[in-house]
Amino acid sequence: MRLLALLLLLFSSVHSFAQDCNNTLNGTLLDIHDGSVLTGATIVVAQTGVGFQTDLDGNFTINFLCNSTYQLQVSHPSCSTKIFTVVIQDDTQKTFKLEHHLESLNEIIVNGKKTNRATKSIYENLVDQQTITTFSSGSLGDALNSISGVSSLNTGNTVVKPMINGLHSSRVLIINNGVQMQDQEWGAEHAPSIDINAVGSLKVIKGAGALQYGGNAIGGVIIASAPKVPLLDSLYGKTILSGSSNGLGGVVSSSLTKSYQNGLHASIQGSLKRYGDFNAPNYNLSNTGVFERNISAKIGFNRIDYGVEAYYSLFKNEIGILRASHIGGAEDQVQAILSPTPSIIEDFTYNIDAPRQEVMHHLARIKGFKDIENIGRISLQYDYQQNNRLEFDIRRGSNSGRASVDLVLDTQTLTIDVATDISEKLTAKFGVVGSLQTNYANPETGVRRLIPDYDKYSFAGFASGDYTINQKWVLEAGFRFDYTHMNVFKFYRRSFWEDRGYDNQFSNLVVEEYGNQLLVNPKLDFYNPSFTIGAKFSFGLYKLFTNYSLSSRAPNASEQFSEGLHHSASRIELGDLQFGSEIAHKVSVTLQQKGERFDFTIMPYSNSIDNFILIEPTGIRQTIRGNFQVWEYRQTQAQMYGLDLDASLSLSDNMRFVHQFSLVKGYDKTSNEPLISMPAASTLNSLVYTNPNFKNLSISVQSNYVFRQNEFPNTNFEVTILDTKQTIDISTPPAGYHLLHLNITAAINPDMQVGLYANNLLNTSYRNYLNRLRYYADDVGRNITLQLKYNY
Amino acid sequence: MKTLQLNSITNFKFQTMKTMKTMKTMKNISFYALLSIAMLGCSDDDTPEVVNEEELITTVILTLTPESGDQVVLTTVDLDGDGPDEPVTTVSGSFSENTQYQGAVRFLNETETPAEEITDEVVEEADEHQVFYTISEGLNIQTQYEDQDSQGNPLGVQITLSTGLASEGSLTVTLRHEPVKPNDGLDSAGGETDISTSFDVSIQ
Repeated sequence: MRLLALLLLLFSSVHSFAQDCNNTLNGTLLDIHDGSVLTGATIVVAQTGVGFQTDLDGNFTINFLCNSTYQLQVSHPSCSTKIFTVVIQDDTQKTFKLEHHLESLNEIIVNGKKTNRATKSIYENLVDQQTITTFSSGSLGDALNSISGVSSLNTGNTVVKPMINGLHSSRVLIINNGVQMQDQEWGAEHAPSIDINAVGSLKVIKGAGALQYGGNAIGGVIIASAPKVPLLDSLYGKTILSGSSNGLGGVVSSSLTKSYQNGLHASIQGSLKRYGDFNAPNYNLSNTGVFERNISAKIGFNRIDYGVEAYYSLFKNEIGILRASHIGGAEDQVQAILSPTPSIIEDFTYNIDAPRQEVMHHLARIKGFKDIENIGRISLQYDYQQNNRLEFDIRRGSNSGRASVDLVLDTQTLTIDVATDISEKLTAKFGVVGSLQTNYANPETGVRRLIPDYDKYSFAGFASGDYTINQKWVLEAGFRFDYTHMNVFKFYRRSFWEDRGYDNQFSNLVVEEYGNQLLVNPKLDFYNPSFTIGAKFSFGLYKLFTNYSLSSRAPNASEQFSEGLHHSASRIELGDLQFGSEIAHKVSVTLQQKGERFDFTIMPYSNSIDNFILIEPTGIRQTIRGNFQVWEYRQTQAQMYGLDLDASLSLSDNMRFVHQFSLVKGYDKTSNEPLISMPAASTLNSLVYTNPNFKNLSISVQSNYVFRQNEFPNTNFEVTILDTKQTIDISTPPAGYHLLHLNITAAINPDMQVGLYANNLLNTSYRNYLNRLRYYADDVGRNITLQLKYNY
Repeated sequence: MKTLQLNSITNFKFQTMKTMKTMKTMKNISFYALLSIAMLGCSDDDTPEVVNEEELITTVILTLTPESGDQVVLTTVDLDGDGPDEPVTTVSGSFSENTQYQGAVRFLNETETPAEEITDEVVEEADEHQVFYTISEGLNIQTQYEDQDSQGNPLGVQITLSTGLASEGSLTVTLRHEPVKPNDGLDSAGGETDISTSFDVSIQ
């Protein structure tokens, strides 16, 4: 085919040779996706049939060309051959771009033309496909936990909320296929609505430097992307089957992709996850089952200089919450904390009863890009998300089986951005984002709204750029501005409204009065600038990343409008209508060494946050249901710092030692107290044996030690129960613990991989400080998972 | 040579114009796109519907009737539920010495009109409920269950209360939802506390 094209070209162009033929063409050949130079490519001048090769810098020179039009056939071992037409007038300098496609096509969500990285001056942690596969039976949060500095806030073992350097919820942005997840992230017991089996790669940016995604990432950004599709005529897929001993359930996940060399591609993926009650080493954890169903589909057309892609995913999850955790006030709390075992232990079942959560998340995205000469790559994305969260409590009479929380959050976002190479060394990216969000709390629940109805409009503009000074230095800077308008309809209890003195300050906001409730309509505006600056310095085996980011975050609906009993925490939570934005200054430095046998990455950081919103106990409220502790949101000055360390030492050709250590400290500077719920220091040490020559065998023994958290604010409280004064210890963290894990994977044949994963091999009983159910029960015991992965 | 230069200038100009044009188009596109999003978002300004807490128990009334003599009525009212207002407790009078009282407890939601009788639901779902009566030390009162659920376990909506010699102390009424049944009292019952209210009482 290639020969035929060449012959055709040869015959089709018989041109005048009788002119001044002393021109030189200096060409450079680049990969269109990441701008990397293509060495060893062949350039054949069709008219003469003479061939040239690109050098190590991707350059080539062709002498003695006439003032004429030439066809150059450019081919490279890992690219599809392309013919370029060049007009020669005098000496000419030209850059040619080829599509590097035999490896894999850059997903179009990444707009950065020269790079796949979201930032240049912040080290980015990656979780690859292979590692993600080992977490196929778990959740997104479990996979993220494998990164140093990333921990999680758990509710049992199935609601796993990622935490970056001690921060979580609205301070961590989660980007799913280029779309920022809007899934009521404010709730500590809400896990991200993402199917781990649909994720091809996971990236964590521990900072706010990736401004195209948002200026409010005080904790950081998690980017989950679907697997890339190669530019080949192909039909392929994979199926993962796994079964686990704990929870007596498993996962089936399948995907199928059809791709064409012309850029057309379509994929479909689905997974099903079902577990019954999990068990702790000594008892069954009643009502902790999971039933998760997901489906996603993608269709696109991707060419070198333009492309369009549509993506849809549906995530549906039903999660049981430990039955023994559903309690009333302080009286019940005392019993639960003092009792060594959960108050309710029933036989194993697959049934999921109240209390339980049901989450459904639709995400639809359409995105297109076009490369325009002299401008760069212009991308346009529209996405729509709907998150419906139902929470079922144990209710009485006709209300049992009726949801207590029924929230529908609709979000649509439009993003337009331009990535451009101003010069060889300077690249820039800028764009605008507009979004509209509507929260609807269904009144049919018969329970006062947890989160009020609101409409939120936001507009943002950002610009960022990086400048490569030389091979050693890269500088980066960016700026973003976010405007947010919230139009809220909130029902306040008259007693609370007056207790807070809002009746004096905000009487103009009252729309209507209904007995002991008032309908109030606050309209709030937030202006949030954010800024980042940093540098990357490469020397020898080392790379040094330094970055300063200023990020600011408008308070979320829960921080502003909570006003009542938070059932799953058995406490009364009160927000504040008058909160301003949080402003964080984070400085991070990363030193990375990539040696032949020894690699390490060390990442110290400091994060200083003004107007940090935290919730803390302020008293006891007596109600007809007994005593409840009152927790109020408050703004303060917070200081956090810490260190993440990764190291890997190869002991022999087959043996490797991997070490991870994470430490974070957080303080409230106003009260000089430690911050609550800071992850304890932890270390992970593994010995990994791999033998590519024998069934691609890999055996790893992992030792995970989590220290006891010694710094915590004292939030204990005293209540008089039946004439005796009792201290309720809700703040003392549990003891440190050690867990041993064993992972074995082998390839039976090139397409079939078997994995055996044993978690908590020694069946250790432990409680995790960051598990919200730690008062009620031990964490899960030994779990042995057998997994089969079949590629076709 | 001159023409060539001119040519390249016009060429350049043309390209800038093209660029500007594209940028203008882009600006237009973005403007209209953002506008359309804003328009899509203009929801109707209907105010949301008020939710009156349906399972809320605002009121507990424990009526104790002796065969002869004065009734003792113990009442707790907390109309704002878990709001900041404290519950208001009233005790109509004191108990008489060595007397047997027939007791009946009622749970009401008085935020609705007419007040909702939650007691009916408790009786209907007797298997999932139990009312506990806890007497402080030194107060000479004993209580006895007078009703049962379908499994023969005590419910506690109907009780008998017997007094001894003159004394003072507190009587606590606790309603548990989904306790372990049978149980040896509050400590081992588990479940969720729906009501917990104490009355300072005396026997004279």
